[in-house]
Amino acid sequence: MLKKLILKKLRHCWHLIQQLSGDSAYAQYLQHHADFHASSVDAPAALSRKDFYKLWQDQKWTGIKRCC
Amino acid sequence: MHKNIKFILWILVGLLGTFALSTIALNRGESINALWLITAATCIYAIAYRFYAAWIAAKVLVIDETRATPAERLDNGRDFMPTNKWVVFGHHFAAIAGPGPLVGPTLAAQFGYLPGTLWILIGAVLGGAVQDMVTLFFSTRRNGRSLGQMARDEIGVIGGTAALIGTFLIMIILIAVLGLVVVNAMKHSPWATSTVAATIPIAMLIGLYMRHIRPGRVMEASAIGVILLLLSVFAGGWIDHNETLRVYFDHDGLPLAFAIIVYGFAAAVLPVWLLLAPRDYLSTYMKLGTVILLAVAIVILRPDIHMPAITQFTDGTGPIFGGKLFPFVFITIACGAISGFHALIASGTTPKLLANERDIRMIGYGAMLLESFVAIMAMIAATVLEPGVFFAINSPAGVVGKEAIDAVAKINSWGFAVSVEQMNQLAKDMGESSLFARTGGAPSLAVGMASIFGNAFGKGLLALWYHFAIMFEAIFILTTLDAGTRVGRFMLQDMLGNFNKKLGETSYTPSVIFTSSLVVAGWGYFLYIGVIDPNGGVNILWPLFGIANQMLAAIALCVATGILVKNGKLKYAWVTGLPLAWLIAITTSAAYLKVFSDDIRVGFFAAANDLSTKLAAGLLPPEKAAVAPQLIFNQHLDAYLTLFFVAMLWIVMMDMLIVCTRRIAGKPVLPCTEVAHTESQLNNAWVRD
Repeated sequence: MLKKLILKKLRHCWHLIQQLSGDSAYAQYLQHHADFHASSVDAPAALSRKDFYKLWQDQKWTGIKRCC
Repeated sequence: MHKNIKFILWILVGLLGTFALSTIALNRGESINALWLITAATCIYAIAYRFYAAWIAAKVLVIDETRATPAERLDNGRDFMPTNKWVVFGHHFAAIAGPGPLVGPTLAAQFGYLPGTLWILIGAVLGGAVQDMVTLFFSTRRNGRSLGQMARDEIGVIGGTAALIGTFLIMIILIAVLGLVVVNAMKHSPWATSTVAATIPIAMLIGLYMRHIRPGRVMEASAIGVILLLLSVFAGGWIDHNETLRVYFDHDGLPLAFAIIVYGFAAAVLPVWLLLAPRDYLSTYMKLGTVILLAVAIVILRPDIHMPAITQFTDGTGPIFGGKLFPFVFITIACGAISGFHALIASGTTPKLLANERDIRMIGYGAMLLESFVAIMAMIAATVLEPGVFFAINSPAGVVGKEAIDAVAKINSWGFAVSVEQMNQLAKDMGESSLFARTGGAPSLAVGMASIFGNAFGKGLLALWYHFAIMFEAIFILTTLDAGTRVGRFMLQDMLGNFNKKLGETSYTPSVIFTSSLVVAGWGYFLYIGVIDPNGGVNILWPLFGIANQMLAAIALCVATGILVKNGKLKYAWVTGLPLAWLIAITTSAAYLKVFSDDIRVGFFAAANDLSTKLAAGLLPPEKAAVAPQLIFNQHLDAYLTLFFVAMLWIVMMDMLIVCTRRIAGKPVLPCTEVAHTESQLNNAWVRD
C-alpha cells in the first residue's frame, strides 16, 4: 500500500519534471491535436516530433523570455 | 486547537524574525554569522507571504478561483495551456532570475552588509513581489496582455510608448554592462577565457543533438551538456598550465570585448535551436544547481561575515562607485529587491499558463521572494570575504592605483587590512595571475563562493571552485546577452515595420542582419567605452542600468495603480502607490545627482568638464589623453540618456494621475479592458497539485 503510494508520488514528480524541462511537450501537443483537431475532416496532420520541437523553440524565443 | 497551534507558530516565526533582524541591524564591531541573515530573510518572507500577499490577493485584487483563466479559455496546446502550478512557478522563476541579483548586492556591499540586506528584504516584500503579483493578476484578467499593451489600453498611448522605448533602452544597457562583467572576469585569465569559450561549442553540440539526433529529449541532452561543462572547467585548468596553449586565451579587455560583440551578433542571427535554446537549458540547470549548492554550503559552514555593518563609504566616497547611500544603494541592488523587467515576464508567458487565479500569489509573489533570497546569498558570498580583500578585488585601478603596492597602501589607509603577499597567495590559490582591480563583481563573487564551497566541501580545490563559479556566472550572463539581443532585434523590426513593411518581417534576411547589427552596435558601443574607461566602466553603466530598471518598475506600478483607481479601489491604491512614490523619489534623485552633481565621480557633466579641462591643460598621461575625447562624449550621452529616462517616468506618472483624478471626479476615462467573467469548467485538481 505504502509502496504503491510512494511510487505514485514519484511518478507524479517525474511527470512534473518532464513538463518543466519540455520533454513531454510533444506528447501534450499530440493529445491536444487528438482532442480538438483530429475529429474535423480538413484538419492538418499532426507535426512530426522533429518539426514540432523546431516550431516550439522558435515560438518560445520570440518574446521577452529571460530577465536580468 | 489546530488554529491555536498555527497562531502560536506564526508568533514564534515573528519573534525569531525580529530577533534575527535586530541582531544583524544592531551588531557593531564584531563579526556576525551569516545564518542570522538567512534566518531573518526566511522569517520575513514567510510572514509577508502568509499575511501581506494573502491580504492583497483576497482584498485588493479579489482573486476569484471560479473564474476561467486565459489558459483555459484560449487553450491552443502551445502558449495558452492550463499548466501545473509548480511547473509554471519553475518557468516563471527561471525567466526572472538572471545575473542581476548576483552582481547588484556584490557592488552594494561597499556600504557594508546592512543597507543592502535591508533593502533586499524590504524592497522585495513591499515592492518587487507586489509589482510582480499585481502585474501577473492584471495581465491574467486581460488575456495575457503585455505591460506595454496594458499601459496603452488603460492609461493612454504615451504610457504604452514609454514602456516600449524604456524596455528597448534597458535591454541595450543591460547587455553592455553584463558583457563588461564577463570581459572583466576573463581579462588575462586563460583558465576563465577557455572555459567560457568552451560553453559555446558545447551549447551548439547539445543543440544539434536535440535537433537531429534525439529531437526534443531535453533532459537527456542537458545532462550531457552539464557533464561537458564541468569537464571544461578541468580542461581550462589544464590549458592554463600549458605554456603553448595558454597564450591563445590570454587577452586584454578590448579583444575580449570584440569577441563578445561578434558572438552576440552570431547568436542573434543563428537559428534558436542551434545556440540560444540549448544554452538556456544548460544555464537554467547550472543556475538552479549552484544556487541550491550555495544555500546548502552556507547552512553547513555557517560562515562569519567580515564586512562591517556600515562602512565609511556611505558618505559617497566609495571606490566601487561614487555616490551616497541614498539613493545609490537602491539603484545598485536593483533586481534583488524590485525589477521592472519582471513585469515584462509577468505579463508575457506566465499568465497564459495559469490554470487558476488562486496560483497568482505563489507564482507572482513567491518567485520574487526566491529571487530576493538569491540576492541575500550573493550578499553573504561578498561579505564573508575580508573587507580588505573585497576592496582590493573590486576597486578599479583608476581609483587605487595600477601598482599592487599603491592599491594596498590606499586600501589600508581606509582602515581595511590587506597585503600584497595575501593577495598574491589568494590569486595563486584561485589559479589566477592577479586579483587586483578585477571589477564588475563576478571575480569577487567567485572568490566568495569558492571559499564557501572550498571550506564546506574540500579545501584543496579552490581554483576549480573559483573557475566553476566564473563559468556559472558567465553562462547565464551570455544567455541573457543572446536572448536580449534577439528580443532587441524583434522590437526594432517591429518599430521599423511601421515605416517599411519589409523591414518588419522577422524572416527577411537583410532586415535580420540590419536590425541585429544596430542592436549589437548599440550595446557594443557602451561595452567598448566601458572597457577603455580606466575607472572600470561598471561604475558608470551599472547605475544607468539601475535607474532604467527602476524606471520600468515605476511604469508597471503606475499601470497597476491606475487600474486599481479605475476599478474603484482608491482606498487600496497605496499598495502599489507607496512603492511607486518611493521609486519615483529614488530614481529622480539618483538621476538628478548623476546629471548635475559637482562630484566628478557622480555627475556625468562634472566628470566630462573635469576631463576636458585636464585634457586642454595637458595634465593627462598619454594613454588617458588618447581616449579622453570618447570618454567625454560618452559622459554627455549618459547624462542625456538619464534625463530621457526620468522625463519618460514623469510623463507616464502625470498621465496616470490625470486618469485617476478624472475617475475620482466622475469624468470619463478609457474603459477598463478586463475580460468578462466566465465560469471555469476545468476540474483543475489534476493540473494544479
